[in-house]
Amino acid sequence: MTSKYDQNGKGQHKYGMETRTIHAGSSPDPVTGARNTPIYQTTSYVFDGAEHASDLFNLQAFGFIYSRLTNPTVAVLEERIANLEDGRAAVCASSGHAAQFLAFFSLLDPGDEFIASRNLYGGSITQFGVSFKRLGWNCKFVDPHDPENFRKALSEKTKAIFIEVLANPSGVVVDLEAIAAISKEAGIPLIVDNTLSTPYLCQPFDWGADIIVHSTTKFLSGNGTSMGGAVVESGKFNWAARGKFPTMTEPDPAYHGLTFAETFGDFGYTMKTRTVGLRDFGPCMSPANAFYTLMGMETLHLRVERHVENALKIAEFLDGHPAISWVSYAGLKSSPYHQLKQKYLPKGAGSVFTFGVKRGYDACIKLVESVNLFSHLANVGDTRSLILHPASTTHRQLTDEQRKNAGAGSDVIRLSVGLETVGDLIYDLDQALK
Amino acid sequence: MTQPSRPLVYSDVDIKRILLGVRTIAMVGASANWVRPSNFAMKYLQGKGYRIIPINPGAAGKVIHEETCYASIRDVPDQVDMVDIFRSSPAAAGIIDEVISVASDKGIRVVWMQLGVRNDEAASRGEAAGLEVIMDRCPKIEFGRLFGELGWSGVNSGIISSKRRKYAS
Ligand SMILES: Cc1ncc(COP(=O)(O)O)c(C=O)c1O
Repeated sequence: MTSKYDQNGKGQHKYGMETRTIHAGSSPDPVTGARNTPIYQTTSYVFDGAEHASDLFNLQAFGFIYSRLTNPTVAVLEERIANLEDGRAAVCASSGHAAQFLAFFSLLDPGDEFIASRNLYGGSITQFGVSFKRLGWNCKFVDPHDPENFRKALSEKTKAIFIEVLANPSGVVVDLEAIAAISKEAGIPLIVDNTLSTPYLCQPFDWGADIIVHSTTKFLSGNGTSMGGAVVESGKFNWAARGKFPTMTEPDPAYHGLTFAETFGDFGYTMKTRTVGLRDFGPCMSPANAFYTLMGMETLHLRVERHVENALKIAEFLDGHPAISWVSYAGLKSSPYHQLKQKYLPKGAGSVFTFGVKRGYDACIKLVESVNLFSHLANVGDTRSLILHPASTTHRQLTDEQRKNAGAGSDVIRLSVGLETVGDLIYDLDQALK
Repeated sequence: MTQPSRPLVYSDVDIKRILLGVRTIAMVGASANWVRPSNFAMKYLQGKGYRIIPINPGAAGKVIHEETCYASIRDVPDQVDMVDIFRSSPAAAGIIDEVISVASDKGIRVVWMQLGVRNDEAASRGEAAGLEVIMDRCPKIEFGRLFGELGWSGVNSGIISSKRRKYAS
């Protein structure tokens, strides 16, 4: 993808993903020259005077007021994520779920609808289906295997489509480009949760997505230390085209009648999400968590490469194991998602996937309790390998039917393959399955 | 916006040279209403040391941010380095023609069309008359981007550099 910028005036040079995971957003500190990003552990920032203060509060000047809105350490992470996604701007939040809440708050009024893939992280299904409903935001879940299902669910009130391109937990890959075409035709943004694929494996904006959300808790920080989330905008969505987004195009009473799309152009959605959503609901990322996440992100490209390599070997091992009935990993040639994976995730299908244990629920419980290296816990995207039985944990709140639809039936085990010696991981699963 | 026929790519080096080289900017379409984007841009650029002269026939004679507003560029009594156009893409044509006719008299070197404003034909006429033309960009946003401030709001500056950031003020 070409950038509209030409930094050196010597023709466009697009820096590679590896360079950008290390450098984007983090030039040395202007005052001290500190090479790594300092942790600005401060809540607030002095004003130069009353005029400066009022300019900042009116959004007429760029600058720091209070860390609920902006913080210099968090800002480096925001710019880095925006850059890696080839987006225009990003805003971080205290968790992936907070990021999702903010992403929708900038779009929806009570009574509005959005359409979501039913193959999502279980927590997202609950957030959308139960808690959002109480705010008057109505989510229609559809089977993403046929993109036309999204079109069929459209109504006058639909304001967005939400998918995970590589879905948690089942390793389903959805047809991003086809769904993007439907959302474009409907004049609504396509929101992609890119948590499990990361920008290293998939670039949703290249396929027509308009907004990307992340749980940075997972592969971006990579080491299971820090909760966090992000909302990224492509900068290409035309908010005014159909008059569907008054929150973006009409004078905002929360800012004396300022119009976000007009005043901030292609980063208006991010400004709205930050200066209204973050300001009024408060789920900001802490500077320390931004620092840990930045530290992890520097090696995103190396880590994800190895995650994928280990995951494929383990999937192949399980595929040939007599106690296993099926393996759902899009990296396997036999996977029904292999073709979509080749298109959208050419460098690998991530390292989170599911498999079925022939002897069902009880055998699953025995497996998660018998492993020695895999950690039995509810997270993904850690350096350490993780194992989970979704039906008894993350997907417990769902109905049997929802569980089955989300690929989390009672015989299902989810792995998040880490970076240990792959032979050790295989040995561990093998002994636990005996 | 007129249908863009080609992507507009300006080098950061050129944009920086323009922003550091001009001091007085005539802002065509500057609004006296403080929540309008032009009013924001005016205030911001004043804060960075630029003199901004508002041009707006509807507000001629009024004072916006301590500067007298004129009905046209021709009416401005002082020298002007750059004209910043906050009008529609079609309306930019007439403004560029006016700039061409007064450029040597006023010392105008640069015409800048705001974010969303693009008129390739008018731009070509301006360039043929020796003016440097920028389209579909905002000087406030570009200033913020190139001198590090925009990144404070999580905007992707597109800059990769191991040199200390320098803030201009
Ligand atoms: C795909 C996906 N999206 C969103 C989330 C929610 O993120 P967080 O736990 O940071 O709130 C998760 C967490 O498991 C996830 O796996």
